[in-house]
Amino acid sequence: MDLKIGPDEATDAERQAVDDLIGAHGGATIANGERLVLGGVRRAAERRHLLLPGLHALQRSRGFISAGGLNHLCESLGVPPADAYGVASFYDLFSVEEAPDTVVRVCDDIACRINGHDAIEAALGDAGLADTSRLDSPCLGLCDFGGAAVVQRVGTDLRGVRVVAGPAEPVIESHLPSGPRLLRRIVGSDVASLDAYLDAGGYRALRSAVELGADAVIDAVSAAGLRGRGGAAFPTGVKWRAVADQTGPTKHVIANADESEPGTFKDRVLMENDPFALVEALTVAGLATGSTNGWIYVRGEYPVAVDRLRAAIAEARAADLLGTDVLGAGIVFDIDLRVGAGAYICGEETALFNSIEGFRGEPRQKPPFPTTHGLFGQPTAINNVETLVNVLDIVTDGVEVYRELGTADSPGTRLFCLSGAVARPGLYEHPMGVTLRQVLGAAGGLVDRREMRATLLGGAAGVFVDATSLDVPLTFEDTRAAGITLGSGVVMAFDETHDLRDTAARIAEFFRHESCGQCVPCRVGTQRQHELLAHTFGSGSFDAELFDDLAAVMKDASICGLGHTAASAIGSAVRLGLLT
Amino acid sequence: MSMVEPGVAAVDLTVDGIAVQVNAGETILDACSRAGIDTPTLCYGETVTPVNACRVCVVEVEGSGPLVPSCSRGAEAGMVVSTRTGRVDRSRRMVLELLASSVDLEWADDALRGWIERYGADTRRFPHGETATVAQDPKIHDNLYVRDYSRCILCYKCVEACGEDAQNTFAIAVSGRGFAAQISTEFDTRLDESACVYCGNCIAVCPTGALTGLIEFDLRTAGDWRPEEQTSTQTVCSYCGVGCNLELHVQDQRIVKVTSPMDHDVTLGNLCVKGRFGWQYLGNEIGRKR
Amino acid sequence: MFGAGGGTSSYEEIEQTDLVVLWGSNAREAHPIFFHHLIKGVRNGARMFAVDPRRTSSAKWADVWLGIEVGSDIALANAVAREIIHQGLHDLAFIERATIGFAEFAAQVEPYTLEYAESITGVPADAIASLAHAYAEAPTAQLLWTLGITEHHNASDNVFALCNLALLTGHVGRWGSGLVPLRGQNNVQGGGDMGALPNKLPGFADLTDTDARARYEAVWGVPVPPEPGLHLTLMFEAMERKELRALWVIGENPADSEANIAHARAALEGLDTLVVSDIVMTRTAEMADVVLPAAAGWAETDGTVTSSERRVQRVRAAVPPPGQARDDIEIIVAMARAMGHDWADASAEALWDELRTLSPLHTGMSYERLERENGLQWPCPDETHPGSPFLHARLWADPVEGPRAPFTPVEWVPAADALDDDFPLRLTTGRMLDSYNTGVQSSGYDSPIRSGDTLDLSAADASIHEVTDGQWVRVSSRRGAIDMPVRIVSGLPAGTAFATMHFPERIDVNQLTNDAWDPKSGTAEFKATAIRIERLGAGAETI
Repeated sequence: MDLKIGPDEATDAERQAVDDLIGAHGGATIANGERLVLGGVRRAAERRHLLLPGLHALQRSRGFISAGGLNHLCESLGVPPADAYGVASFYDLFSVEEAPDTVVRVCDDIACRINGHDAIEAALGDAGLADTSRLDSPCLGLCDFGGAAVVQRVGTDLRGVRVVAGPAEPVIESHLPSGPRLLRRIVGSDVASLDAYLDAGGYRALRSAVELGADAVIDAVSAAGLRGRGGAAFPTGVKWRAVADQTGPTKHVIANADESEPGTFKDRVLMENDPFALVEALTVAGLATGSTNGWIYVRGEYPVAVDRLRAAIAEARAADLLGTDVLGAGIVFDIDLRVGAGAYICGEETALFNSIEGFRGEPRQKPPFPTTHGLFGQPTAINNVETLVNVLDIVTDGVEVYRELGTADSPGTRLFCLSGAVARPGLYEHPMGVTLRQVLGAAGGLVDRREMRATLLGGAAGVFVDATSLDVPLTFEDTRAAGITLGSGVVMAFDETHDLRDTAARIAEFFRHESCGQCVPCRVGTQRQHELLAHTFGSGSFDAELFDDLAAVMKDASICGLGHTAASAIGSAVRLGLLT
Repeated sequence: MSMVEPGVAAVDLTVDGIAVQVNAGETILDACSRAGIDTPTLCYGETVTPVNACRVCVVEVEGSGPLVPSCSRGAEAGMVVSTRTGRVDRSRRMVLELLASSVDLEWADDALRGWIERYGADTRRFPHGETATVAQDPKIHDNLYVRDYSRCILCYKCVEACGEDAQNTFAIAVSGRGFAAQISTEFDTRLDESACVYCGNCIAVCPTGALTGLIEFDLRTAGDWRPEEQTSTQTVCSYCGVGCNLELHVQDQRIVKVTSPMDHDVTLGNLCVKGRFGWQYLGNEIGRKR
Repeated sequence: MFGAGGGTSSYEEIEQTDLVVLWGSNAREAHPIFFHHLIKGVRNGARMFAVDPRRTSSAKWADVWLGIEVGSDIALANAVAREIIHQGLHDLAFIERATIGFAEFAAQVEPYTLEYAESITGVPADAIASLAHAYAEAPTAQLLWTLGITEHHNASDNVFALCNLALLTGHVGRWGSGLVPLRGQNNVQGGGDMGALPNKLPGFADLTDTDARARYEAVWGVPVPPEPGLHLTLMFEAMERKELRALWVIGENPADSEANIAHARAALEGLDTLVVSDIVMTRTAEMADVVLPAAAGWAETDGTVTSSERRVQRVRAAVPPPGQARDDIEIIVAMARAMGHDWADASAEALWDELRTLSPLHTGMSYERLERENGLQWPCPDETHPGSPFLHARLWADPVEGPRAPFTPVEWVPAADALDDDFPLRLTTGRMLDSYNTGVQSSGYDSPIRSGDTLDLSAADASIHEVTDGQWVRVSSRRGAIDMPVRIVSGLPAGTAFATMHFPERIDVNQLTNDAWDPKSGTAEFKATAIRIERLGAGAETI
């Protein structure tokens, strides 16, 4: 391609950062003497997926993405600078303007707002970060800590600062009659090393899967009635079967670890404490669907999970649990870890594909669906982290044991992320069918035994419920019948002392901020929704007809789930009279 | 209603109760056209890949939850499509209201104003002063182009035309996110310092007058742009041997704009800088010492 | 090619071909809209090779760029041919059925080993082999060229060398495979088709063919002289010998565009009479005794032009010509009358209809059809004929229809202007995107991307000559010297320099170029000039 690269030059550090990344892959052009160059648009296209890691490298090396740094990256990869700039400016964690060497991004989202900023500021002071530059951040997925921030510093990866504003340690508990399932290796054990993981029964599932064969694994997953835990509740077996049936030479399985729904932190806890479980489960998915390429896409705000997964992948590869002959069974499967850069929308599966491919994380119109046209346009099975970890039990223990918990239509267990005004915030595993009353009870009820005014289920894209919903069994079928949602397992409680108008306005702001901007209903609709709430809470009059129109166009006409659900929680708050 | 092509598989579906047959590979929008139904479109263009961004062409498809963009969704056998439901009307009206509240549509196609009327879009519904718009000054960096993003609906057509669909120069892309997203060069650098090659293929596809040649911009700004009086004459560019067809738009016996027919199979509406602007010597003292 | 002077393929074919070989062409800048079709082909999966001394904006699209030494094309083509033959990759069935002269050709290319070609072209032998394999093994392939092939003193041999490759592999006469010379002006193709060649009648009938002449004489009502006329280069030689004393230049600017321009200007100045018809006041017009202001053909007159895919299309008047400017037809008729001939006024369409009675290539192309069908590709022998998207399908008939296509063995010879210690650098020339030829038209619009003419040098040469970006240097050849600023670029091998000829009023590059010319086509060797550069002292002109 005939790129035009501007005159700005990279610093030595920026150049080095890019070259270190791209070195092994070879650049978009290869010169052999001065009269022979291999290049062209195909070489560039094959390297485009290195753009996102390249932008991370530049951001890390200088604290922002400079024109010179971007030029060098673009020239190396054969990506047009305007195109790359469009990508860089898409993500919150990249700055395209000169920035301080250290920037602290402080969570300003719904759960952390309950505790206010004071606790966070105190913790930042303790960490020697009192005088550094501050930016507000959407939910950092540390809601169980009661307050959080992440630190971006030149020369290092992102680092988290966890603020303990509530109880001393967040809770991780399984409330099952038969002992923990999804949390079995987490509660009270250290499984960050492969040996420990093997001692705890790790890789039994993959060995069983190899014995069973791909078809039988998919049959088991289908028979177990496993449905997606990311929010969409799609039957996992159906998805896997669709990919397995595709005959293309290259297929992909992806762990969607871009957990960004405000109030959600379950996948972070799993990845930080049981990283091999995800690596093994994804390998089983690869085996079942006949995919050789595995990807884990982790949100950039999860540095600990990134580190532990990276280490786990390396250890698994060294032990021939990934690579060209997995378990000595001739299975070809490896995993590439990709790190997001601050964009809620990238949790939408097709936006995630675009993000990995090095494009703006804009969702694609469906159909076609990922099972036929996914990552790089190839067949792809993409599953949430918790969903994948469920597979280990299904394959190891069998369908019958798996179905001993839960209901006929919603078998198994579910992770609930308790935050807000509960006495003991944290991650709880319950059987499907548990009621909200029981879930809140297990978390010690509300702080100071206050009355629950409302609970947000499923996060910003979910719904508020009040006390009338306390006894609805939390299954897919019962929540649907009740017109509520489990979403990603968020249970965020609010009591009488909380101003839910502030929460609603923050939710509106969240969607306005996170809209990718591609389609009109969402780009302008989320803006207008936020303005409508600001206007309402300013002068007090609420234009219900306008809100209904905005909600309808976003729900009906947006490209993706972000727009479809952008008015969901606020609409439920209006209906419950929570905003007056 | 045109006929389906022989030798191509036919697909039968119904649109608003009308049985329609289309060629395999055609879209719901094509089916609507065949059924004689006028569908509003903004980001759709015959020569660019649909990005499904504007959502004004949405229709209801039985069995599908959300509405479906007719411009990109392939017609399928047995599909039951409705274009005149309350949901469709409401979404189309809202898309137009949302755009009209944020973008200057004064120079947009007549068709757009017709749709605003048809769907009863209230363009003044959002309170002035509390409503964000994309208002900004036009960008004029040279004597050929004007980019007035206060008129931009972010239909992506210019990006597609500058990129893979035609020019493959990639001088512009969408940058930023959400309501702040806009079309820009890298670091918003001046156009004449960017990769732009001034082919004007972005101007050719812009539906709202956000992108214009400077001559057109000046005439419009002066209130002297009179399309109803203009003639359009098709000829062939003189600058190389490819044979690109030009449409010379003439007002007051003077060329005021050059385009190429979108259905011309050599150009598909695209030109290079010489074809788009190289004619200016005809009406210009420096260029034409006669 | 093989009898008729036109590219064999349609643009659409390059979108569907398996291999693109772009040889001596910077179509990205010189033929931008054709290049759109080429990019579609590449995006549809075609592999692409570019052969060019510069890594141009076109070559950057190629999977493989072969940066040959200027003027070494035949060595490369012959080595590709030899490799194809030695590996048994040639299409023997096609060769035996549809061609003649293969044995002689095979014998003639035998010395062109990969290593020998590497020594001449500078391109690594294995890359030459990879081009050979790619071309021979591709199911379909398009071989395209422009002035990088034809502006040499052995231009015709260069073209033959490429045609030989197509015959060797059967890459001609089939949809997707062909030979495509891209035309530099909107009616270079049409001008030749209409007989604006010294030895051809309209429709490529041979002037020396008595029967053919008789057909034209019957319609025109005058005898047609059987002796070929002079092509441009021979005209200049005749001017020099004072044999040619009067010249009428129509829409050409030879006082800027000829190679070795000082020489050409002297010849023009020595004429008794110089008449120029043009749409603007060119340097040539300024030298003229009489200037006839002409209407701009593409915007102020009606008629047809013919593109590089042999497509005849209509041009139409959209605006009236200014002042006293008149249509070329009117000027020619008026001139004939002034010379005492009773020529009637004629519309473009009437003249076209006359042409259709004489040229079977065009017989089916009524104005009405040209309008309705958006142009037609010749040959189009009758009104029911759909036109011809590609040529030479006859070579694939069994047995071949008409004469078999001949191989034309050609030898590589070095550029005429040899490099030596006094003139150690090789200057080659070309176009830039926003400008056109001598800038007569393109200087009349304000392009934001126009950089002015520079001497492009590799960083290595700039370093050897101790010059920096933007510094003015004196550039000398065996014919003249000019001053110009240096621009240091990537994509130029050391020893090669580049300039355009778009700005003769400021930077008169043709003072340098060589007027050694190809005896078959009359084209001068603009592409290969031996130069040296010298730094200019302080106070030198700056742009």
